[in-house]
Amino acid sequence: MTEMSGADMVVQALVDLGVDTVFGYPGGAVLPIYDALYKHPTIKHILVRHEQAATHAAEGYARATGKPGVVLVTSGPGATNAVTGITDALMDSIPMVVLTGQVPTTLIGTDAFQECDTVGITRHCTKHNYLVMDPARLGAIMHEAFYIATNGRPGPVVIDIPKNVQVATGTYSVPEMIEHKSYRPQVEPDADAIATAVAMIAAAERPIFYTGGGVINAGPDASAALRQLVALTGAPVTSTLMGLGAFPADDDKWLGMLGMHGTFEANMAMNRADLIIAVGARFDDRVTGRLDAFSPDSKKIHIDIDRSSINKIIPVDLAVVGDAGRALDAIIAGWQDAGHTPRDLGEWWRRVDGWRATRCLDFPEKKEDGAEIMPQRAVKALFDATRGMDPIITTEVGQHQMWAAQHFHFDSPNRWLTSGGLGTMGYGFPAAVGAQIAKPDRLVICIAGEASLQMNIQEMGTVAQYRLPVKIFILNNQWMGMVRQWQELTYESRYSNSYSDSLPDFVKLADAYGWTGLRIDTLGQLDDGIAKMIETPGPVIVDCRVAQLANCFPMIPSGAAHTDMLLQPSDVTGTMDDEAKALV
Amino acid sequence: MKIKTEAGERHVLAVTVDNEAGILAKITGLFSARGYNIESLTVADISADHALSRITIVTNGPPPVIDQIIAQLDRLVPVHSVTDLADGGAHVEREIALVKVAGSGDKRIEALRMADVFRAKVVDTTLSSFIFEITGTSDKVDRFIALMRECGLVEVGRTGVVAIGRGPEAL
Repeated sequence: MTEMSGADMVVQALVDLGVDTVFGYPGGAVLPIYDALYKHPTIKHILVRHEQAATHAAEGYARATGKPGVVLVTSGPGATNAVTGITDALMDSIPMVVLTGQVPTTLIGTDAFQECDTVGITRHCTKHNYLVMDPARLGAIMHEAFYIATNGRPGPVVIDIPKNVQVATGTYSVPEMIEHKSYRPQVEPDADAIATAVAMIAAAERPIFYTGGGVINAGPDASAALRQLVALTGAPVTSTLMGLGAFPADDDKWLGMLGMHGTFEANMAMNRADLIIAVGARFDDRVTGRLDAFSPDSKKIHIDIDRSSINKIIPVDLAVVGDAGRALDAIIAGWQDAGHTPRDLGEWWRRVDGWRATRCLDFPEKKEDGAEIMPQRAVKALFDATRGMDPIITTEVGQHQMWAAQHFHFDSPNRWLTSGGLGTMGYGFPAAVGAQIAKPDRLVICIAGEASLQMNIQEMGTVAQYRLPVKIFILNNQWMGMVRQWQELTYESRYSNSYSDSLPDFVKLADAYGWTGLRIDTLGQLDDGIAKMIETPGPVIVDCRVAQLANCFPMIPSGAAHTDMLLQPSDVTGTMDDEAKALV
Repeated sequence: MKIKTEAGERHVLAVTVDNEAGILAKITGLFSARGYNIESLTVADISADHALSRITIVTNGPPPVIDQIIAQLDRLVPVHSVTDLADGGAHVEREIALVKVAGSGDKRIEALRMADVFRAKVVDTTLSSFIFEITGTSDKVDRFIALMRECGLVEVGRTGVVAIGRGPEAL
């Protein structure tokens, strides 16, 4: 028990919680905490250029390490600017603690300078939030907030701290047992449900694993367990966008990503399966396509730590509430105890191989040196050039994100950082900053679109300040490509506001910030340009000019079933009925 | 294009929560954000140390939606328990209404006579008005108020439903 100021308590709690990095931006209502951080021996503060970037950087840090990301911003605009990243973390289940300054308690509710109702605004985009009115509670709340952010389904927690609470003193002690009085997430799966799951898997003739971000959130052991269970059962594996990396892409059981821009084989296998084993995935609308046609003949097992994810979209036959890793371990143990051996899935694999023969990710291209670069080729070249370097890849949101998901392949978790649920343009670059801070010796590449990148491009200053060797690889097609693609699909190519007009010269911009800027115009320059990006020390921005009108295929259009994929541009008709138009 | 809606069924949910600032906003916000219905909602502190509140929510939705409502409520950090009172077998529901009726002559006499039939109590009177207190199920309160509309109804205040399961067990 030590008497100290609220600000010192915040910093001491961060130290006691093992926090080494805080992403933030100072302002009037957090000055006491910033003073407590001044020249702090162990906590590194990363000064961003915009509070939204602080939240995405914290997400990148969390996603790359599995540890919670920590953000410190001021009241009012500091807090409201953080809202997008907080919501992004909620949608993608990223552990994050956001400390916001607030006007003094005596001024709350008076429309004071830089006052906003932070707990009100963030109530529905956080897992939990606090307004600390008493410094005596501050230490306990800090510890509880980290517990909530990291236990059960992870998510963002906001602690709003009025300025006078930062200045006033109270006693601080490290709680003996850190937990919450009522929040008790179910981590251990029910033994009966596990036994039923084992029997269902053993009896299936056409099983498929459908895995998601929950496997990655459950830690590297869960990914290892998934590999073991797949090897034991011999069943194919597909994954959501968020789950890429949990299962190695070079394994012959891997079908690629499923869903709207997933592979033909993954979607067909989901449709024709007799058993789906969903692990840490939530049957998102990008995954399911038309609901009444989703995997009509399968039984479904759903393993999820969040009970509300089960039966939310798709009714399932068996619910297993618990941590993905523990559930997979339990199924493996049950499988081995029962003496099951892999069933002969030869007929099922013959059908899968038939769908694979479609080669749905192939794309038309010209091969001569002077040819324009297909964006898919650029991603493949980047993947080939970085093999063995174990890079961390972040993306912005749009066509480039889907091409990266399709053509960049991962063998391990925590290498693929992308905004899945919220689909936040502007996520990828600050997430790369956070990942690079967490992993200073690794190659971190943000695969960006020229439109998304501009949403947080000010972070070039942050990268320069901390001398981070972040690489940005822009697939520059001078369009908000996914918007344009939908306008082609749905609105007879009326390109309303989707052209990226008045782009900056990215090479000169790099120069202005003290980065290295490179431009790649033709296929013949691609491999050399990528090699130069990798070997150049420090931050590099690559303006890779790609075919302007290429679209992302395969695609399940809005309102269509897994079996109705558009495989190539000639499948596009340019019109849709109102029911399909109304879907996102 | 027409937007489709689905038929629902009525459920009464008893939710115990930490008695802390913002919890009611959290719960009502969840209902509005996810498009769930609230037919009535009551809340009061129920523990000796003022640490717990009980919220009774009457909602309406198809069975899968009711299941989602319960799961979504249950995962909120300050929520201790969520019970669907329809699930646990029989339960008792009550609502109180204060009903002000103004008028004179036959209508005034008729109002008083019907109040007697409904076992509504007169809690205030003037020469030209009554305030009745009526306790019962929402249906009963609805029927009483409908009759009072014919007898000079001028104002109504209702508490919304509170409910509790029958038998010796607690939630």
